[in-house]
Amino acid sequence: MSATTIDAPLARDTRPGYARLIRIELRKMYDTRAGFWLLVTAVLLAGLAAALTILTGSDTGRNFSNAMDNSTQAINFLVPVVGILLVTSEWSQRTAQVTFTLVPRRERVLVAKVGAAVLLALAAFVVTIALSAVFTAIGGKESIDTGQGAWEIGGDVLLQIALFNVISMLIGVGLGAAILLSAPAIVAAFVLPVGVSLICELISSLDDVANWIGQGEALSPLSDHALSGTEWGRVVTATLLWAALPLAVGLWRFVKSEVR
Amino acid sequence: MLDAMIESHGLTKRLGGRAIVSDVTFTCRPGTVTGFLGPNGAGKTTTMRMLCGLSDPDAGHAEILGVNYRQLPNPGRRVGILLDASAQHAGRRGEEVLTLSALTIGADPAKVPELLDRVGLPKRAARQRLKAYSLGMRQRLGIAAALVGDPEVLILDEPANGLDPEGMRWMRGLLRDFADRGGTVLLSSHLLHEVEAVADQLVIIGNGKIVAAGTREELLSGGGTLVRPAADHGDDRLARALADAGLTVHAHPDGGFIVEAEPDDVGRAALAGGVALSRLGPSESAGLEQLFFDLTSSDASAASAAPANDLQEAAR
Repeated sequence: MSATTIDAPLARDTRPGYARLIRIELRKMYDTRAGFWLLVTAVLLAGLAAALTILTGSDTGRNFSNAMDNSTQAINFLVPVVGILLVTSEWSQRTAQVTFTLVPRRERVLVAKVGAAVLLALAAFVVTIALSAVFTAIGGKESIDTGQGAWEIGGDVLLQIALFNVISMLIGVGLGAAILLSAPAIVAAFVLPVGVSLICELISSLDDVANWIGQGEALSPLSDHALSGTEWGRVVTATLLWAALPLAVGLWRFVKSEVR
Repeated sequence: MLDAMIESHGLTKRLGGRAIVSDVTFTCRPGTVTGFLGPNGAGKTTTMRMLCGLSDPDAGHAEILGVNYRQLPNPGRRVGILLDASAQHAGRRGEEVLTLSALTIGADPAKVPELLDRVGLPKRAARQRLKAYSLGMRQRLGIAAALVGDPEVLILDEPANGLDPEGMRWMRGLLRDFADRGGTVLLSSHLLHEVEAVADQLVIIGNGKIVAAGTREELLSGGGTLVRPAADHGDDRLARALADAGLTVHAHPDGGFIVEAEPDDVGRAALAGGVALSRLGPSESAGLEQLFFDLTSSDASAASAAPANDLQEAAR
């Protein structure tokens, strides 16, 4: 009792640190049924992609590198959705009201959400490695045509895959924060990239532009092969457009909007 | 210790050019319960949202514990807030809601079961997800969430909504006890009887403006005299008798009149007019009820007056 009374005034007026806020944000992702099953589905999707690659792929493609590529593309189908819901579920379920009364410096909440998102993206990376490794161990084989070993993968590609996950996740968080509504943000996450690529394809003068701003065009090489200098440039421009811009708009909306 | 735990200085909020809260000023002192009363839509919630930093005022400012709410480093440990018990994730378990709050503000999550017990939520309910909760259960959980950080100030918006009479009594006891131990409580309600019994101070708001404020006694002292005629004598005879005596009267919604005079004078006036009375005495809460009724009805009459004017103008 006496010990608690001595440090109580200190603890009472200590601002919650980012480590704590990030832990809370992670916890909020799996402590509801919807959040929990979304994460489970993402893992299952990655597992399915790895399994199909190794067990049913062509003879030249049954290797760890290919499994990583495919399971990363699969899990990144849902990674932006996780990012979106990390932000928008607070609005649709109106818990933002509670969150912001406990942490009135709202920008800290958004930073914590970004931190949690990055950790989840890295967790997705670990999951794809583990699942790809399991299936490669079961049925991976050396390619007779190319001579690529079952386990052969470039270290830089692995790091690029981690980066790919983080960028996809931040695109989700950015769209979520900019739009603040779950359904429209998810629709935007799937429709906008397709729309932009389509427009670029229809207007022939924009053909090269798509390589710089198209989400698929600029970002999916990350999980495929070690990037060239130009390709890195494209990753930067696409990330600025799809992650940094929505995050900036989102930060402004997050801090300024009236919470109902 | 601070003298004013909650201070609202001329808080004003405009929405689409219309002031929905206008120049709201009041102070809540430690050890007291303040009842924030007004009809629905009077501006109670908007005012409380400004107090808690959820909404920026267009004019005026608010201070909690001497500073702007947003400047409190860890407000959850000093101020317990319940603005909307329904603003919770429907898929989260009751105990998880409290655990999240506790973890956020650095309170001990091991105290959650004790807290659930304190607000009368059974263990089974704690494990249930919120979509299975009734409004009354959500209110109890919301009050528990407000108490997680062991705060010294409580700000509760309509906490009695959805509570049954037993629950209301329980809540009044809890708030009284909180204030008696030195805490400060601000609670809003649109029902006078919910807060009258527990509030040391009443702040009454109508149409975004404060129309009356003071201790219960202060507000009651100007309440005048409640008088009702015997059933066979009727309000008309009594009204005439009171008018003959030169007294100012207001019709009471439940029959009879509130008279701006002492009971002695009202009694004499009735005697002079030969009217038998069934009731005569200080109006007490009847005065407050009247005030409250006037507030609600003036909103209504203001609304109905507008089309009437239009008709007159059309006739010209």
